[in-house]
Amino acid sequence: MQDRLATAVLTLFAVLIIGLLLGLVGFILSKGLHKLNWDFISSPPEIVKAGGGVGPQLFNSLYLLVLTMLIALPLGLGAGIYMSEYAPDNRFTRFIRLSMEVLSSLPSIVVGLFGLVVFVQMTGWGYSILSGALALTVFNLPLLVRVTEDAIRAVPQDQKEASLALGVTKWRTIVSVILPAAVPGIVTGAILASGRVFGEAAALLFTAGMSSPDLVFSNFDLSSPASPLNPFRPAETLAVHIWKVNSEGMVPDARAVADGSAAILVITVLMFNVCARWLSRWVFRRMTSGEA
Amino acid sequence: MEYPTVEGAVLPKSERSGRQVRDHASSQSDMRHRLLTHNRKQLIENASGKVITRVCAALLIVMTLSITYFIASKGLATFFINKVSVADFLLGRLWDPEGEPASFGVLPFLLGSFAVTVIAACIAAPLGIGTAIYMTEIAPSFGKKVLKPVIELLVGIPSVVYGYVGLTLLVPLLRAQFDILGFSLLAGGIVLAVMILPTVTSVATDAIAAVPQDVRNASLALGATRWQTIWHIVLQSALPGCLTAVVLGMARAFGEALAVQMVIGNTTNLPSSLLGPISTLTSGITLNMGNTIPGTPYHNALWSMALLLLCMSFFFILVIRILGRKKLVK
Repeated sequence: MQDRLATAVLTLFAVLIIGLLLGLVGFILSKGLHKLNWDFISSPPEIVKAGGGVGPQLFNSLYLLVLTMLIALPLGLGAGIYMSEYAPDNRFTRFIRLSMEVLSSLPSIVVGLFGLVVFVQMTGWGYSILSGALALTVFNLPLLVRVTEDAIRAVPQDQKEASLALGVTKWRTIVSVILPAAVPGIVTGAILASGRVFGEAAALLFTAGMSSPDLVFSNFDLSSPASPLNPFRPAETLAVHIWKVNSEGMVPDARAVADGSAAILVITVLMFNVCARWLSRWVFRRMTSGEA
Repeated sequence: MEYPTVEGAVLPKSERSGRQVRDHASSQSDMRHRLLTHNRKQLIENASGKVITRVCAALLIVMTLSITYFIASKGLATFFINKVSVADFLLGRLWDPEGEPASFGVLPFLLGSFAVTVIAACIAAPLGIGTAIYMTEIAPSFGKKVLKPVIELLVGIPSVVYGYVGLTLLVPLLRAQFDILGFSLLAGGIVLAVMILPTVTSVATDAIAAVPQDVRNASLALGATRWQTIWHIVLQSALPGCLTAVVLGMARAFGEALAVQMVIGNTTNLPSSLLGPISTLTSGITLNMGNTIPGTPYHNALWSMALLLLCMSFFFILVIRILGRKKLVK
């Protein structure tokens, strides 16, 4: 009797969680989907009247994502290789592990404030995309290191030994034998990390800023503040935009704008997730059934 | 690098054909030379590779130390430059940084942060651990095929979106239900609970799955029902892991800024009821950091709040480490 009851309750919990996801995604999409059209996605926001879009914000989010990954991925790869291949069991290594733990559980607002002091004020860049990207690097590096380390550790020991037995140096072995075999795992993890970067807001409030200059998308002069590619201009991302229109926005259709933005955000993150899942399954199948 | 380097296998074609012309004896000594000496280029590459990756790893330490240093140096200004006593800061009930005389009691924020975190943990812990049990003990294949992806998707949803759904769905619901404003401690707790639920569930699942199968079999063989086995045996041995899951969730909840700020109402009074508005450390920083002038006592006090957040984060890690050590003993 007790056994039955417990099973029923636990099943209820599981169903509740599935319901929660479906409810959340359904709610966001049902409110936001009808708002999504080319005009909303591409046009700049309005300040006081209704009908603005989120074009610059969407671009900023993507640009910031690319920039962050350009900085964080090489660093993450390097540190991941060190932790899996070189790191001896000593105090230095243990300290790195502790640092990873600390960094990955820091409140994102604290990372944002650190970025404000170091990347915004000390460098003299002001609120800029680059500052935001560096802050997000701090935020995401531990995750990327862990992903790389796990992926490398999952490579069969035999492959590594075969390469070393042929007289190949350790570094050559890592670069041309181990890394290629670990790439699928690293890519999957990097995509999931991208989802986190894309949705992060608190760390960006005081680093990338809460405003976006009027962008001229035909302007490729990197030093011009109107150029979308200028890494030293302030940039409000989509996630920050959702927060801002709700808490201090003046547009009459703030809710509608936020609905649409939330829908874009959720769709993008789901897409990242599905991509990662699909990719890892595809690679798994390729690696297990030979050259099929 | 313990392995001697041998070149030869990687010689380009042109060089190989050129050497074939030479007589036999010299080619033999040449071969010996090639086999027994190190390839300098590869040696340098080998050594620099190790150094470069080591620098990347050391960067993690540099980041952690510099975050601690900068937040602490900014945050301690309140106490050293503005001469606010630590006790007044931590235990003061009045937050009036622009008043005459100014008062910097952060107790309302601190208690607010603790209150939402505890509420979130109270909701998320049973749900998360329950689901973890379901996934590992009751329906493993359904758990793996359906629940695991669902939880991974939930992890991916940005916290701002959780906050926004709280604002547009939960707050009006509470307003209609209880005849209040809706922005409340309860709303914040629920939003955070949903947000940390996937974290708690996935970590707890790992902990429960790590319990050896023999232990379960032994219990079942003694005639215990499945629930008795789960409750008395499996959960007992997975307890440190499950606690770790909850603490990790609490750490996330304590540090979350925007999602909470959107639904709690942000008044600087001491939290008095579940349905009243509150403030948290994070919401206080988020709302005021941009509007205060650097160097003023008000601004410094906000940095001290950030330092407090950092200290709490260290505390959570300490707890997790202690729990982890317990797990090793078992």
